[in-house]
Amino acid sequence: MSRSAEQLETFLQRVPYVRFLGMRAELIGDEMTAILPFAPHLVGNTFLPALHGGVIGAFLEMTALAQLSVAQPSQRMHKTIDITIEYLRPGRAMTAYARADLRKIGRRIANVHVEAWQDDRSQPFAALRGHFLLSPQGERPFQS
Amino acid sequence: MTQVPDIVRQMAEHMATTVPQAASLGFKLVSVDVGRGSIQAAWREDLVGDPDTQVIAGGVVTSLLDHTCGLAMASAAGTEAFSTATLDLRIDYMRAAAPRAGVVAEAHCYKLTSTIGFVRAEAWDVDKSDLIATAQAAFVLNRPNAKAGTR
Repeated sequence: MSRSAEQLETFLQRVPYVRFLGMRAELIGDEMTAILPFAPHLVGNTFLPALHGGVIGAFLEMTALAQLSVAQPSQRMHKTIDITIEYLRPGRAMTAYARADLRKIGRRIANVHVEAWQDDRSQPFAALRGHFLLSPQGERPFQS
Repeated sequence: MTQVPDIVRQMAEHMATTVPQAASLGFKLVSVDVGRGSIQAAWREDLVGDPDTQVIAGGVVTSLLDHTCGLAMASAAGTEAFSTATLDLRIDYMRAAAPRAGVVAEAHCYKLTSTIGFVRAEAWDVDKSDLIATAQAAFVLNRPNAKAGTR
């Protein structure tokens, strides 16, 4: 397993809320794809049924944080400053995928865009733009 | 909490506790009024976002704010039957919640047109005057009865 993959795996394993969501991620080179398998407890609208808007936002935010953990390894977690979530279509009762685009990584602040889709990448169902406060870079991430 | 019809209160209770995502996060209805709603999420070990600090995950706060905004929308629309969808949701995180603290959110639907609802919300952990996050959202309103002729 590459160093980046290890960092990503450590990040995902360490955060209890990631397990609550059931989120996973795969790394190909330095490009990460976050995966959210459908689960009944993620539903916000039982009639459609559709994923909860908060779950979609959380999935996109965790995708940004996970991609940042690969790009900027740190002993401490990076912090969300602000996020704007755009809802384009209902999130259906099926697996969702997301990829983060690190638009700018500054000394202290990162600007990240994330897009999520289900069965068709060209038809995203939600997007996020956000700013994140970067924790100092560390040689040995997540060691206490 | 004065003039809210019973049916709105029941709807609020249902929204806050029965919706699967709300139930799985253990949401509790705090209050509902016309165009206003408040919901609480208790701290839980499996909802931690930062294991070093034991602080509740930002994702839980996101779900709570989105849900509370939806409640304010629903209570603004009163007894009318409708469905809503979130158009956008902006959240500013002012600071991390206290370790092992739950979160309370309060939302106000300050404008409801025939199709769109505009909502603001705030979240805090211990002290309402020391917020952890604020939110601004727009919702689209689908009123099935409004376009009866076209259905």
